[in-house]
Amino acid sequence: MITKMNHVSIFVLDQDSAFDFYVNKLGFKVNTDAEMGPGKRWLTVNPPDQPDLEITLMLIDDGMMFDKDSSAKMRELVKAGTFGFGVFQCDDLKATYEEMKAKGVEFTKPPTEEFYGYEALFKDDSGNWFSLGQKK
Amino acid sequence: MELYPRQYLYLRTVRAKLFIDENFGSNIELNKIADEACFSKFHFVRLFRSIYGQTPHQYLTHVRIERSKEYLADGQTVAFACYKVGFDSISSFTGLFKRRTGLTPRQYQIDRLNFKEAVAEKPLHHIPGCFAEKKGWKTK
Repeated sequence: MITKMNHVSIFVLDQDSAFDFYVNKLGFKVNTDAEMGPGKRWLTVNPPDQPDLEITLMLIDDGMMFDKDSSAKMRELVKAGTFGFGVFQCDDLKATYEEMKAKGVEFTKPPTEEFYGYEALFKDDSGNWFSLGQKK
Repeated sequence: MELYPRQYLYLRTVRAKLFIDENFGSNIELNKIADEACFSKFHFVRLFRSIYGQTPHQYLTHVRIERSKEYLADGQTVAFACYKVGFDSISSFTGLFKRRTGLTPRQYQIDRLNFKEAVAEKPLHHIPGCFAEKKGWKTK
């Protein structure tokens, strides 16, 4: 039986910029940062309280994973904000919202009360969007 | 919708937390932060704890320990990490570090440097094979 998820991928346009966003703005911890040849890098981060969940900041580039056409399409889709990759959780949404805004994170929905809790939406530096929630 | 009452004091508390995040390496006087936030120390500590689950002093210690881990992982000396994050005694830093992490700063550093060395030497041991194959890093 499956017990937990330990790797999940977020497709990004630039790994240096994604590093700055996820580490310096969101406060995630670097787990693995391995050079895999010229311009190739395996970069994973952990949410602060989840050291066993590695979020792979996966560069969209031409190669085995994407051919040139797919890579170009994928980059456009990410930039356009097509993908919502998940829901992050915090203890105090309003405080986290104010902190992230102060660090320059772009929100597309301010903290709002929903039937399932409080929720805000923000975008990463590539254009991926995420929900940020606080349980009631 | 008004999520929280006393918005002004709330925002001042968030700003105080951001101040700690940016100035943890300095000699931060928490009384001064409360003064600057324009409310009593008692009220400030209570509001801070209600938002962040710990007192400003506990949070400051947390930030200092977390940042010291980064210096240690980068190979800086224990003394450098200690003073850089705002502690003025290596023995109190070491004691606090061990209480919080279960390891001495030096033990923590050795663990992290060993991990980095292992990643550098054999990166494929740290990458799920499916991704390595898709990326063309692993030959079948």
